[in-house]
Amino acid sequence: MAAITQTLGAGVGALAQRRRGILYALAGIAIIVFFSRDVTPEQLATLGLNTTRSVQLLKLPDIVVPVLPVVWLFGALVFGMGLWELARGFRRPAWLLGVTSFAFLATFLVWAARGTSFSLIGILSASLQLATPILLGALSGVLCERSAVINIAIEGMMLGAAFTSVFVANVTGSVMLGLVAALLTGALLAAWHAVMSIEFKMNQIISGTVINIFATGLTNFLNQRIMQEYTQFNNEMTFPFISQMFPELGRLPILGALLFDQSPIVWLALILLVVVQVALFHTRWGLRTRAVGEHPRAADTLGINVFRVRYVNVILGGMLAGLAGAYFTLGSVGRFDKLMTSGRGFIALAAMIFGNWTPIGAFASSLIFGFADALQVKLQILIGQVNIPSEFLVMLPYIVTMIALAGMVGRVNMPAADGEPYEKQ
Amino acid sequence: MPPILELDGITKRFPGVLANDHICLTLESGEIHALLGENGAGKTTLMNILYGLYHPDGGRILVRGKEVKIDTPNEAIRLGIGMVHQHFMLVPPFTVTENVMLGVETIKNGLFLDRESVAARIREISQQYGIQIEPGAYVKDLSVGAQQRVEIVKILYRQADILILDEPTAVLTPQEVEDLFQVIRELVARGVSVIFISHKLKEVMSIADRITVLRDGRVVGTTRPAETSPAALAQMMVGREVILTVDKKPAQPGDVVLDVNDLQVFDDRQQVKVEGVSLQVRAGEILGIAGVQGNGQTEFVEALTGLRAVAGGTVRILGRETTRASPRRILETGVAHVPEDRQRDGLVLTYSVADNLALNTYYLPPFASGIQLHERAIFASAGELVKQFDIRTPSIQTLVSSLSGGNQQKVIVAREFARPIKLLIASQPTRGLDVGSIEYIHQRLVEKRDQGCAILLVSPELDEIMSLSDRIAVMYRGKIMDTLPAEQATLEKLGLLMAGVQPEG
Repeated sequence: MAAITQTLGAGVGALAQRRRGILYALAGIAIIVFFSRDVTPEQLATLGLNTTRSVQLLKLPDIVVPVLPVVWLFGALVFGMGLWELARGFRRPAWLLGVTSFAFLATFLVWAARGTSFSLIGILSASLQLATPILLGALSGVLCERSAVINIAIEGMMLGAAFTSVFVANVTGSVMLGLVAALLTGALLAAWHAVMSIEFKMNQIISGTVINIFATGLTNFLNQRIMQEYTQFNNEMTFPFISQMFPELGRLPILGALLFDQSPIVWLALILLVVVQVALFHTRWGLRTRAVGEHPRAADTLGINVFRVRYVNVILGGMLAGLAGAYFTLGSVGRFDKLMTSGRGFIALAAMIFGNWTPIGAFASSLIFGFADALQVKLQILIGQVNIPSEFLVMLPYIVTMIALAGMVGRVNMPAADGEPYEKQ
Repeated sequence: MPPILELDGITKRFPGVLANDHICLTLESGEIHALLGENGAGKTTLMNILYGLYHPDGGRILVRGKEVKIDTPNEAIRLGIGMVHQHFMLVPPFTVTENVMLGVETIKNGLFLDRESVAARIREISQQYGIQIEPGAYVKDLSVGAQQRVEIVKILYRQADILILDEPTAVLTPQEVEDLFQVIRELVARGVSVIFISHKLKEVMSIADRITVLRDGRVVGTTRPAETSPAALAQMMVGREVILTVDKKPAQPGDVVLDVNDLQVFDDRQQVKVEGVSLQVRAGEILGIAGVQGNGQTEFVEALTGLRAVAGGTVRILGRETTRASPRRILETGVAHVPEDRQRDGLVLTYSVADNLALNTYYLPPFASGIQLHERAIFASAGELVKQFDIRTPSIQTLVSSLSGGNQQKVIVAREFARPIKLLIASQPTRGLDVGSIEYIHQRLVEKRDQGCAILLVSPELDEIMSLSDRIAVMYRGKIMDTLPAEQATLEKLGLLMAGVQPEG
């Protein structure tokens, strides 16, 4: 089969390659044409590498670049790569997409910052912050779906956990107990989902949707009845940032702002990322989880308890979603606000798919979504420069999600049994 | 020495069916015991009981003379029982090593999978028993024969000495069957005892030491190959005398009916499945397409019948181009289609027999005028067909899902044959049917041929292809390897072609 696909693939591939080459060459021209607008020849752009948040050990010089040459350079680079693809072809076209995306973004940022300055370190730091709940949500999705239970309720679990974390933290006065409450909320909602979809073999999309609606309605109601009326339950409660606990770390140039002006939950998420990645592919639990997700009958005939594996994974996944919910409150703003997760649970699902159901892939795509989100926030500041209505800017993360998902159709390796309830023979 | 395994009076009831009725069976140490029976005779149920997947309603199981209770596969594995299922229980994206270790993982450093030591053990087993296997290969890249070897290694890795093989040859080429038999003989020589489940008479005659025949959930008898013959075994299986050979006159080929030129078809994942197939079928002949399942036959037939888009090439039926025609237009040119999966593509299971019989003509008079259906005409015609094709059903209002496989197939055949047809495309028309029904379907096919119908017969069963076809084309990886007149086609030649090898000379 492989041989046939290759010979025919060569024919189809040549056509696709030509088409790709023309497309990228045009993209190069578009970059030049579009980003030369409203730019005077000697205009400079400043990309900041320093933060004002903490006192740095060493102040780095900002990157100051002339706008037009940068536009021409990157435009020409993309144009040239397009021509090369047309003429000779790159071995891995994915690189082409990567370089072009980078060139487009860099040019865009320089153009947006023309005649003024723009904090590069700020946007990168914000990207990581905004990527954290998406990463945690995506890891939750990976745990569930690798054992073949679709968890569309990540959003609802996040929202519910965000509420209970603030409430419990305020009632007990302990942020830590707030975190525990968030994990328990996630686990509880997940257990509900597990019983519905594993025990009663209910359609998993329906079961997840029920949880989403339930969480939305209940938190809205309780928010109105408790948080709004008794504001003492919605005081700001957050974990101190790493840089507040270890001020020296915060003073490091670049790394200080990027990695240490962050909530400990960000670090926890990164550690969990490594743990899940290693566990999934190199431990007994991971092997069994993946077997249950791919071919549950085979796992069953080898004496693996399919139902137990799924229960464990879904509930662990719920706890991760709960942690993501706690990040919205205890990790950043400290208060509950209605519908504060605003679809991040669904973006997390998209990140999981875009990352091909692997933790590391989910992390990479979370960063892309986080960056799109951060870009949107920062561009509001430069609104006069970019001339894009803020309503459209707010759409950016969702548009990126849609484009990413559309591009992944037919290319992903979804667990083969994903979404199918297991029936004993 | 007590027998290594003894089943005593095993009974298993399913709602409405007595699947196993007081079955007694003994497996001596180091013997190959074949379990022969039609589909639905209760072979697989019995083995699933033995493997702990089903729980018997009565009877005892004795392993090495001791009575045991097998509630889970784990218990079966612990007792040294291993099973190669008819549908392989392998995880395709896993490597051979991962599949073998799944469930009995070796752990190093207290946490991590020890793939290396498992791979080393697999190589040992591979050498010891002469089973070719590469521990690092991904199962999804392996041929069916190789996947089966992985299943066997999986069992040997668990140190089982009772091996159950459930219809192990159904998906293999003749050469692969020979290889498998060699492996089985090697295993037996090293003290493994084998239960070999099959419905193929010849195979059972060649490999088994003893043969137990099941029919309708009961043991009909136990015999030895030397004391019996295929005809006698068939009679035991079916309960009456059966004619194993098809009686047919030489073909009288007429005009070209189906003309396929350089056809290309993709599967659902956009992989090429049919690549440049050209062939012709004439009126009054049967062209058989042989080949191991999954070599593009399914996609080929779907493209011919308009169920799948054609990527390149042309299809002409009776001189008219139908490459991009709708299924209904193709059907109206006089094409009948007996699909490979009757329950998925051939019938609407939740409809009655009468409705299923009218599925391809319900919109035409006398069954309909305008938007109105004429039930009386549909029922009258259904009653006729049920009689004519001997469909055993309580009534024409019975849901087709409650009929047996053979009768469901007869419903399809009746529906397709009732129209005046010029071309019949029959895909695995006897899949899963009992010997009696097979005999019936085969006779009908030859009858149609003699009436001047062109027939394209697709089947992975070489016996069927060889006994019915006038010409035989072998499909391998989406291409026609060769087309032979039936009288020149030997089992060896076809087998090589099916494996992608051009025989010399």
